[in-house]
Amino acid sequence: MTGSARTPPLARAILAGDRRALAQTITAIENGDTRVSATLRALYPHAGSAPVIGLTGPLGVGKSSLLSVLIGLLRERGKTVGVVAIDPSSPYTGGSVLGDRIRLERKANDDGVFFRSMASRGEAGGVAASTREVARLLAAAGYDVIFVETVGSGQVDVAIRGIATTSVVVLVPHLGDEVQTLKAGLFEIADVFCVNKADLPGADLAARDLSELVALGAARDGWAPVIVATSTTRPAGIEELWRAIEAHEQFLDQTGLRVAHERARLSAEITDRVKDRVGHEVAERLDHDVELRRLLDRVVARKIDPAGAAEELFRTRYATR
Amino acid sequence: MVRRLKTGPIRVLIAKPGLDGHDRGAKVVARALRDAGMEVIYAGLRQTPEEVVRAALEEDVDLIGLSILSGAHMALFPKILKLLKAQKAGNIPVFAGGIIPDEDARRLKKQGIRAIFGPGTTLQEIVTTAQRLARGPA
Ligand code: B12
Ligand SMILES: Nc1nc2c(ncn2[C@@H]2O[C@H](COP(=O)(O)OP(=O)(O)OP(=O)(O)O)[C@@H](O)[C@H]2O)c(=O)[nH]1
Ligand SMILES: [Mg+2]
Repeated sequence: MTGSARTPPLARAILAGDRRALAQTITAIENGDTRVSATLRALYPHAGSAPVIGLTGPLGVGKSSLLSVLIGLLRERGKTVGVVAIDPSSPYTGGSVLGDRIRLERKANDDGVFFRSMASRGEAGGVAASTREVARLLAAAGYDVIFVETVGSGQVDVAIRGIATTSVVVLVPHLGDEVQTLKAGLFEIADVFCVNKADLPGADLAARDLSELVALGAARDGWAPVIVATSTTRPAGIEELWRAIEAHEQFLDQTGLRVAHERARLSAEITDRVKDRVGHEVAERLDHDVELRRLLDRVVARKIDPAGAAEELFRTRYATR
Repeated sequence: MVRRLKTGPIRVLIAKPGLDGHDRGAKVVARALRDAGMEVIYAGLRQTPEEVVRAALEEDVDLIGLSILSGAHMALFPKILKLLKAQKAGNIPVFAGGIIPDEDARRLKKQGIRAIFGPGTTLQEIVTTAQRLARGPA
């Protein structure tokens, strides 16, 4: 397969471990560069079943620091690791300072880790539009475990569920009020709760509060979120954190939910892609639509309202039933 | 391998190699480049030359910016240039700033550092140079 004549050279380079080719292809994905479509198509079957671990949670709780110590732990165990870490883009200039790399500590010249920073580029939900594809590319490139660190906006970065096989929600002690506001979304996404900065006072209390909340909520698909206390500075609880993640991954395999979840994620992805295309196409067509201009005149003249105009356009142009 | 689409934002690595703890300048420059619409990977303090080059390659940057105020530039900058060449990445432009005497700056430019800025340089000048280096022919 790998050496097949029909495999594009770029795909072959990535499969052969060419880090530069991988990095450049990620850039192309981010930029929506269709010249890598054939490469991605060729690599898709290689993106097998690597666990994709999402790390999400409010600003500054220690997501990147945890990532660094988890990478250390996995490297000791001989596992290779691919990372995508997302930071926000400025809505005004489109620029971004990507700082998740600051916490990364790894042995010099270790090719077993590939760390990529990514700007959200205006996407809400804590990840960029291309994050899913980039995580898949890292898996195809052969990394054993993929991590995705979300923006950390303070809201719940729900989009991670469309990407990760296991989602870790990171919190810190004394997040009392914040937990209250996050609560609604928290349990939708958390497979594991990590109370980080357990070296600070109040960690026990936070873990207890959380377990009460977890006990109140119904277990999703038969999995009750595991709560782990960690400290990256001491460090402590890191093995327990990884064990909790592994336990969830095993649960997915034992219950057959891995396949079911994967199917649901892919279905959502295909739907998203079609919606995007249709949205663009419709916007473009309406741009030149004389009927739109005719209706617009009447809306401006307060003869009909915008909803009525949209309804009429939809009925004459798009309704199939 | 993939020719970059000109529409994507410029990606810049800002790094502080060596043990120098002066990070104000690097942060100010990082923010200025962000405000000019660039995606700036800030790698933080105490980077080895190997780490700088590794970050530049993984992040696929169009430009590398080095900041040193400690005086170690004559040892560290040439090492980084050499490692880049060894990785066949000598085409990635490198510029720098900090406390770098004129005589040193002249020698470093001869070795391949594309531009060097000292204290008091306007951020506008740095942004314009970054745009030119990142987009111009290598
Ligand atoms: C503030 C300061 C500190 C602060 C640093 C705070 C921090 N987190 O940054 C503190 C008090 C901690 C400190 C400590 C020390 N400092 Co001090 N410090 C300074 C000082 C007064 C100002 C530096 C500064 O922040 N300037 C403001 C920023 C915005 O300017 P900038 O960094 O120069 O950046 C501009 C340009 O250089 C350029 N630029 C910078 N980086 C980059 C990168 C790129 C890519 C580009 C394009 C441009 C660019 O653009 C910026 C905007 O114009 C300078 C003296 C001076 N006037 O420069 C001494 C100075 C740098 N420190 C010095 C020394 C010796 C030290 C100490 C070793 C001991 C001491 N004497 O206190 C310690 C070591 C600390 C350490 N761990 O490394 C010396 C260095 C001597 C040398 N190189 O030969 C200096 C020059 C003072 C002197 N005249 O002796 N220092
Ligand atoms: N006391 C303590 N501080 C920690 C711990 N883990 C991380 N920190 C500190 O918390 C701060 C933020 O850490 P990061 O790892 O950058 O947090 P983050 O969640 O990735 O931050 P964003 O990506 O900006 O949202 C840093 O100053 C860390 O040193 C911990 O276990 N204990
Ligand atoms: Mg982070």
